[in-house]
Order: sequence, then C-alpha cells, then structure tokens
Amino acid sequence: MLEVSDLHAYYGKSHILQGVNFNVAEGEIVSLLGRNGVGRSTTLKTIMGEVAPQGSVKFKGKEIAGKQSFEIAQMGLGYVPENRDIFPTLTVSQNLILGMKSTKIRGRWSIEDIFNMFPILGERADVDGGVISGGEQQMLCMCRTLMGDPDLIMIDEPTEGLAPKIVQQVAKLLQEIAKRGVAILLVEQKLSIALKISHRLYVMGHGTVVYEGTPDSLMQADDVRAEWLEV
Amino acid sequence: MLEVFIFATLNGLVTGLLLFMLASGLTLIFSMMGVLNFAHASFYMLGAYFAYSISQYMGFWAGLLFAPIIVGVLGAGVERYGLRRVHQLGHVAELVFTFGMAFLIEESISFFWGTDTKNYRYPDILNFPLFTLFGQEFSAYRGFMIGISIAIFIGLYYVLTRSRIGIIIQAAITHPHTVANLGHNVPLIFMGVFGVGTALAGVAGVIAGPVLTTFPGMAAVLGSIVFVIVVIGGLGSLAGAFIAALLIGLLQSYAIASDVGVPDLLNLLGLSFERSHPLNDLWTLTLPQVAPILPFLLLVLVLIFRPTGLLGKREQ
Ligand SMILES: Nc1ncnc2c1ncn2[C@@H]1O[C@H](COP(=O)(O)OP(=O)(O)O)[C@@H](O)[C@H]1O
Ligand SMILES: [Mg+2]
Repeated sequence: MLEVSDLHAYYGKSHILQGVNFNVAEGEIVSLLGRNGVGRSTTLKTIMGEVAPQGSVKFKGKEIAGKQSFEIAQMGLGYVPENRDIFPTLTVSQNLILGMKSTKIRGRWSIEDIFNMFPILGERADVDGGVISGGEQQMLCMCRTLMGDPDLIMIDEPTEGLAPKIVQQVAKLLQEIAKRGVAILLVEQKLSIALKISHRLYVMGHGTVVYEGTPDSLMQADDVRAEWLEV
Repeated sequence: MLEVFIFATLNGLVTGLLLFMLASGLTLIFSMMGVLNFAHASFYMLGAYFAYSISQYMGFWAGLLFAPIIVGVLGAGVERYGLRRVHQLGHVAELVFTFGMAFLIEESISFFWGTDTKNYRYPDILNFPLFTLFGQEFSAYRGFMIGISIAIFIGLYYVLTRSRIGIIIQAAITHPHTVANLGHNVPLIFMGVFGVGTALAGVAGVIAGPVLTTFPGMAAVLGSIVFVIVVIGGLGSLAGAFIAALLIGLLQSYAIASDVGVPDLLNLLGLSFERSHPLNDLWTLTLPQVAPILPFLLLVLVLIFRPTGLLGKREQ
C-alpha cells in the first residue's frame, strides 16, 4: 500500500534522510522506531510533501512524491503530526468536522462512533479544543484524521508525554483502527505499545533504516536494541 | 446639542462600517499571507470605477451587483498568478509586489478613465431624506449604506462561524499545513479568501463612490486610514478591526461635528492672544481641523501603550 524507496530529504543544506526504504501492506500495523533526531518525523513529513522529497514514494501503486499535501491526503493517506495541532478556538466537534473531507461520503467513522468510543470527548463536544487535557487532545487529533476516512494512517509519537492510563487508551484506539481495516504506520521511541500491536517494525538510525523485523525478532536482537534504541 | 450628537453618531457609523468593509478583508488577507496587502485600497477604487461604468449603461443596481464580482475575480487572479508565485521569494518580495500592484491599478485607472472626478451618483430612489430630526435630514442613501454593510457582515459572520466551510477557512488561515494534511485544498481556500476580501473592498468602493467622490486618489485617501485601523485593532484580528473601524469612524465624525477649538479652551482659562501673535494658527486651531490626523494620533498612542493592537496576539 505504501512503498518508500531511496527517500532523501534536506533541511537547507543538512541531508536529513539519506535513502530511507520501507513499506506498509494493506491493513498492516508497522512501527518506525528510533531515538530522537534520527529522522522519523521528517520521514512522515516528506511522505506528506511538507518537506520536499527526493526519491520515490508510492501510495496505492501511484507515485505521490511531488504531489501537494492535500492531494495526498485526498488519496486516503492520513497523518497525525507530533505537535497535536488542535485548533484551540474551535470546539471539539468542530475539530472533528474539520477532519471530514466532504459531507457526502460516509466512511468507516462517524462523530457518534467517536463519542461512543471516547465518551469524554462526547461530553466536551461543545468545549473549545484549547481547554481539554493533553491526552484528550491527542485522542481528538487522531480521531480528527480518522474522520477523513484514511486507508493508511501515519501517527507520530501518539504516546509522547501521556500518563500510562491514557497510553492504554491510545493502544485501544490503534487496535480499533486496525480492526476496521485501516493500515497504520506508527512512529514511536518507546517499545512498549509498538511491540504489543505491530506486525512488523523498522528501526531508524541517522537518516536510514538500520533494522527490519518482527516484534519477536527485535526482542531477540539485543545488539540492535542496545545500539539503536535504548538510551 | 442632542441633534448634533445623533447625526454625528450616524455619520460616524456610516464611515466606520465602510472602513470595516475594507479593514476586514485586509486583516484576513494579512493573517493568511503574513504581509499587508498595499494594493487593498486599490481594489476599493476599482470597485467604484467599475460600478460607475456599469451604472452608465445598466444603472446603479447592476453596478452594485457586478462590480464587486469583477473585482473579486481580479483579486483571485492576482493571488493565483501573482502573489502565489512571489510568495516563494519571501515577505519583502510580496510587499514590493503589492506596492507595485497599487501603482499599476492607480495608473491604469487614470489611463482608462482619466484623472478627472467621475459623476458617479446614487440612484434617485435613494435620493430622499430617510427621516428628519430637529429639522435636520438624514439621507436614505446613508441609511442604505448602513443597512447593506450590516447585512454583509451578518452573512459573513454566519458563514465563517457556523458552516463547515467557515470552520475550514478559519483553521486554514492560521494552520495551513495541518488543514492541508486533512485533505483540504488550501491554495484554493487562499485564493477564495483573497477573492472575497477584494470583492468586499469592491463593495465598499461601489457604495462609497457616490458620496466620497470617484477619482484616482480615492484609494490613497482611505488606504492609509484602513492600515491604521488594522494595526490599531491588532493585525489579523477581525473583532479588533471592527472595534477600531467604528472607533475611528465615530471619533472623526464627532471631531468634525464639534465646534470647539483652542480658542474655547483658552477662553475657559481666561487667556487670549493677539491675532498678530506668530503662533496665531496654533491658537485658533479647531477640532474639525485636526479631525483628519486623529486616526494617526490614535495609532501612535496605541503603538506606544499596546504595541500588539487592541485585540492582537503577541508575535510568535
Ligand atoms: N525544521 C527543521 N529545520 C532544520 N532541521 C530540522 C528541522 N526539523 C528537524 N530537523 C533536524 O532533522 C533531524 C531529524 O529530525 P526529526 O525527523 O524530527 O527526528 P525524530 O522525529 O526522529 O526525532 C534532527 O537532527 C533535527 O535536528
Ligand atoms: Mg519526531
């Protein structure tokens, strides 16, 4: 479904992505792991066209490198950035409405669905997005992207800075997303939920993929974990 | 005294709403582009001239309908084929581009329509006193200006805050990347906002042309005051622009209507000066005379005491 081959990206003169290769199949949960600063977020931004890509990115068999972000999103690629850009002056429901690409297409998700899964968001439907808690904002941010009914969703560090109880909720939502046939590309630093839910994992180091495997194989590869993941 | 106050308030309201019609588009376009569009008042002038020409053949009402549409389409074209390209070169290039546009439009108007004042008039059906109070008349056309401005603002407010497209526009103006990532065509939205903003300026031109006179300098007359309003209100703040526009409209109107000046003040203090005194001009200054500089005085005061403007946010 998503094939990234020999992807390069630059910030000014610094060569950040130096030939990234990986793929995600339909309905698959894949994690992209690595320490801070190795280029995981840049990889997602480059796929979305927010950073200019060099190399090839194919989505549903079509080349998307060079397309504009909104066109890529319209093809069914969802993206939840790491900065949780909730609109503080829009209400919780308005933030969800913002995620809908049109009012005509009925996708896998509806606002009622989301309020059933997270009653706390339902209770705060008319509260401004800026005043709900960090955990609720993270949920809202993921749900907002789901409202656009993506076939693959890329999520950048959804558990960063959240209490363990909320991390459990994030994991629950990720499993629900997978259950509805949406493929997931999960960017994480910690292994906890990635090991639990992923089908396959990639580890990044210094702008390239340095390891590819399954949760089991990564648990066995002590050297990889020591060199590229543990601090 | 009361009738002076009432009429000054009504006239201030007319000016204030007109100024807001220009300032609202300017401040929206500012939040979107990050630079002030120096050509904004030129679109206002284009509105007046197009409406004048259309009214020659098809009457005032056709001008009111079509001139803003033509101006809006022109504005959208300027964004699509001009600003969007220049944007890649940075803010300075954008600013210079809008400056250039302002001169280009002014020169084109002098070229096609001439430099004389046009006899652009409002229709006869609106040429009657709406009401007479204390023997003074308030013209129907001014009432019409108030009515149409308020109707447009209510419509825009409703679309911006209640509709899905309005929510998308609000979000796109402050967070274009996030909104694009959700699959919305942000370049199209920007072109639309620019088009509607310039069309609003066009409407202002259409309705102001007959009362403020239609001549090639009309953009310059109002342009600087509109900038002042946007800065006083806080760059990018619609509510701020609204308050500032009404404030300046009323302030100027009260100043013009008031019949006081330095001589009255001096009399109050029991002072008087010879007419031959070298500073005689200063001693005889009246409030109506200083009315035109009041907006700029207010600008300086606001910038000193509240540099972000009344409702502006701090620069990030
Ligand atoms: N906007 C930017 N401008 C310049 N350098 C950046 C920018 N964003 C990230 N970088 C650099 O790119 C590298 C990769 O960053 P990032 O993709 O955010 O890593 P990760 O998400 O894996 O922590 C880092 O060295 C970071 O300093
Ligand atoms: Mg990151």
